[in-house]
Amino acid sequence: MKESISVYEMLILKKFSFKMRIIKINGALISKEKYDTTIIYDGDDVQMLYLMSGG
Amino acid sequence: MRFSEIKTHLSKFRVGIAGAGGLGSNCAVALARCGVGSLVIVDFDVIEEPNLNRQYYFTDQIGMMKTVALKENIARINHDVNVIIHQKKLDRINITEIFSDCNIIVEALDSAVMKEMLIETVQIKMPGIPVVVGSGMAGWGKTNDIISRKVDETLYVCGDEYSEVSDNLPPIAPRVAIVANMQANVVVGLLMNTK
Repeated sequence: MKESISVYEMLILKKFSFKMRIIKINGALISKEKYDTTIIYDGDDVQMLYLMSGG
Repeated sequence: MRFSEIKTHLSKFRVGIAGAGGLGSNCAVALARCGVGSLVIVDFDVIEEPNLNRQYYFTDQIGMMKTVALKENIARINHDVNVIIHQKKLDRINITEIFSDCNIIVEALDSAVMKEMLIETVQIKMPGIPVVVGSGMAGWGKTNDIISRKVDETLYVCGDEYSEVSDNLPPIAPRVAIVANMQANVVVGLLMNTK
């Protein structure tokens, strides 16, 4: 069992689609280009927000 | 607290409104009614007849720039509000300059791509400035699916976070104005807790 995974791997694992979203890890926003290099460690606080077109 | 005290307090603050469409126009009007000191409103679009099914404009304003019409509407509601308008498309470069003195920014843009761009830019380049996002307000009914949630101290979202607008599920007045007014309520809540 991996103790840490990249943001990209986390999205695949949880079967989240790659639609628009905002991801913050421990309060810091992770921009899309950094998804495959940013690592999530056990105990990290991960927040997500889904962006739907319209407004 | 009496309204006169609330109004005096809110008049000290400046709120940025990114977009003057369904969310932006309704949110700006709600904040103006409460007495927020300044509003910085940005949009490049012109009012068209289909907009009237949800946006805070009138038939005699069709053809006008949204920012100009909204400024006029706000003046008729509360002439004490200082309305600063920008007719431009927001991008990663101009956002920090346009919203530089704002205490809070309301995300009222149209496409998910633009929403993401605005949120990322403000969160990274203007740390500490809260962003109140609108996401998911298509269609009708399902009133109780619309909620407001605090992601953290600088990020709030109002909407159902799942419905995407389309030709068969357009955005129409009730749900759009609910989300816009929830955004305004989040803003007022934050400002009432700010010295």
